[in-house]
Amino acid sequence: MKTQTINKKQEVAVKTERISGSEAVVRSLIAEGVDILYGYPGGAIMPVYDELFKFQDKIHHVLTRHEQGAAHAAQGYARISGKVGVAMATSGPGATNLITGIADAQIDSTPLVCITGQVFSHLLGSDAFQETDIVGISTPVTKWNCQVTKSEDIPAAIAKAFYIAKSGRPGPVLVDITKDAQVSELDFKYEKCKGVRSYMPVPKTNPEHIKAAAALINNAKKPMIVWGQGVILGQAEEELKAVIEKAGIPAAWTILGASALPTSHPLNIGMVGMHGNYAPNKLTNECDVLIAIGMRFDDRVTGDLSRYAKQAKIIHFDIDPAEINKNVQTDVAVLGNSKESLAMLLDAINTNSHELWLQEFKDLYAIEFEKVINNDINPTKEGLTMGEVLKQINIESKGHAAIVSDVGQHQMIACRYAEFTTTKSNITSGGLGTMGFALPAAIGAKMAAPNREVVAIIGDGGFQMNIQELGTIFQQKTAVKVVVLNNEFLGMVRQWQQLFFDRRYASTEMTNPNFIAIAEGYYIKARKVTKREELAEAIKEMIASKESYFLEVCVEKEDNVFPMIPSGASVSDVRLS
Amino acid sequence: MNEEIKSFTISIYTENNIGLLNRISAIFQRRHINIESLTTSQSEIDGVNRFVIVVNITEEKASKIVKQIEKQVETIRAYYHTEDQTIFTESCMFKIKSDLLFNEPQIQNIIKESYARIVTVNREFFVLEKSGRRNEIESLRRDLNAFGIMQFVRSGRIAVTKDQMKITELLTAFNNQ
Ligand SMILES: Cc1ncc(C[n+]2csc(CCOP(=O)(O)OP(=O)(O)O)c2C)c(N)n1
Repeated sequence: MKTQTINKKQEVAVKTERISGSEAVVRSLIAEGVDILYGYPGGAIMPVYDELFKFQDKIHHVLTRHEQGAAHAAQGYARISGKVGVAMATSGPGATNLITGIADAQIDSTPLVCITGQVFSHLLGSDAFQETDIVGISTPVTKWNCQVTKSEDIPAAIAKAFYIAKSGRPGPVLVDITKDAQVSELDFKYEKCKGVRSYMPVPKTNPEHIKAAAALINNAKKPMIVWGQGVILGQAEEELKAVIEKAGIPAAWTILGASALPTSHPLNIGMVGMHGNYAPNKLTNECDVLIAIGMRFDDRVTGDLSRYAKQAKIIHFDIDPAEINKNVQTDVAVLGNSKESLAMLLDAINTNSHELWLQEFKDLYAIEFEKVINNDINPTKEGLTMGEVLKQINIESKGHAAIVSDVGQHQMIACRYAEFTTTKSNITSGGLGTMGFALPAAIGAKMAAPNREVVAIIGDGGFQMNIQELGTIFQQKTAVKVVVLNNEFLGMVRQWQQLFFDRRYASTEMTNPNFIAIAEGYYIKARKVTKREELAEAIKEMIASKESYFLEVCVEKEDNVFPMIPSGASVSDVRLS
Repeated sequence: MNEEIKSFTISIYTENNIGLLNRISAIFQRRHINIESLTTSQSEIDGVNRFVIVVNITEEKASKIVKQIEKQVETIRAYYHTEDQTIFTESCMFKIKSDLLFNEPQIQNIIKESYARIVTVNREFFVLEKSGRRNEIESLRRDLNAFGIMQFVRSGRIAVTKDQMKITELLTAFNNQ
């Protein structure tokens, strides 16, 4: 038996000896530094679970109540930590239940390694019990996937999986392992993957392109930045801030870019997109240079492409060459890692300020504040608003909380009004818009950052999509704070019905159960707020709680989220009411 | 970029891995692009496979699709080319009743004029093989159809490009990293 000298914990992972494939799975995970994984057992993955039982002191397995919960929890873990999230499931239904989380991770570039059990390899293709072609099913929604049918291929497959998941533009990968590969033996030796010859994770930044970008920026009268998650994934928050400050450029964010720059930064001009802020949406069609950083011009951001920033020169920074000119034709494309390319840009740009231009944003913000924001966060009408709930959370958490939001009106309100001081604090399902995301994702986030306040903001609809994960919270004693904003409607859909379907509320009204009783049934402290007078106190109590806490706030039933760009409209047609 | 729909030959150099065909064809399927023909085989480099895919699309689409293909982890490089940038051919086989070969003198002329090759002859049938441009193959098919064809099969296009594709350099660079 040979051991390499690395840290103690990894020693167990790399010693060469004859072990079973399932033990190799666990040792490989340990070698990759995995100390927590989310999953659900079943026949085809049982040998691996048996090994996990043996290695409990090294890897903590979290039994979620549904495999979709496991995938989302792994996503939450990955998003707040910047590390790879790991989810495990059995073959067939276990594996297919992961798919929504995998698709979500794919579109939001979240590094995930999913391990699925598979039937014996001699049964493959025979419609065996609990056999599904998970490699085929997951192909379009993974960055990479593979099936392992021989135990000796396990370490290399897992090493490659981790390498691909986290390098370059991150994403989900899936490794499907047949049961015979799990039970047969191999000479185990683990080597981390250092490269795949057909895969170049980070394209080289071309200094000429930096020069061209700087020339446009230096000559711009009305430059504007829109940054996305690429800044967070590239750990380029400092570089972004330095660029913005040096050149005095107003900067807006996409929903996944939120929190990379503190909300209070004077050059932070808010969120772009369908429910983004008024000023950055409107002025997108007035800027002379638009600098897109680590964002992909999603249609929720651009509205009608044929009327998007047509007057502007476009500079696009991205790590993924396939994003360049995919939706918006660029004048200068800068490929590479955002941390490096922004550092290069910083050296090449002039010190500047654009006071008059910045004032235009402030003026439009004043209009938005008067018409929308003030009514949302300081309401005078009777019903509680989602906005005032967020405002209280900001006050009590002093902006240090990580906000995990689900999908719907509350998501837009959470992203618009949460005040972020720390990066990686906005965890939400952006690209796929997956209801049911937040409750399990918050579990993963809290486990990855136990010292941080993690508050999940969820609608009554989305809460019921993965409500069973309250069981995981209870069993794991995960101190997440869960806020359900109950409007007794599938609010976002109802808003569209009101605005575009002549108020025909087809199947969007919800008769809800006693959420408090349900939370208490899981032994989670719970409180319900129906009146404004109780709100501040309840949120104070929630944030002060050392344990998990469930808060239901009954908000106005038919409130709408504004501003709004109706689908198919231009960003300059953003509506305030 | 030209918005006109044209025939493009997409060449993809890849690792030789199970599942890649699925990944690549899914890229076309998702964008509702019909694949006119698809050939995959070994390439000039050991352990590297080559796909040749023919599609009728705009150049803008071709360039976007090539980027999406290159994004796949196991794709080494992908290119798109117009017809005049490539030298291409297809090949086909006909199975025909042997009586015809002896009883219809015209058939012998057709074979000679089309430069088709007789692969095998037996009592029941003979097999013709021909490589060439699509129109040559089609015209041979029309001629033979008059007499009756028992079986016909045509391959996908295979193509080489007039300019270089620097895969070997790319791989050497990787190996030296
Ligand atoms: C899994 C899934 N199904 C359906 C939708 C469509 N959808 C988007 S928002 C929404 C309503 C969400 O309602 P709720 O969770 O109560 O939140 P609210 O909008 O009221 O804040 C629906 C049904 C979705 N995004 N995800």
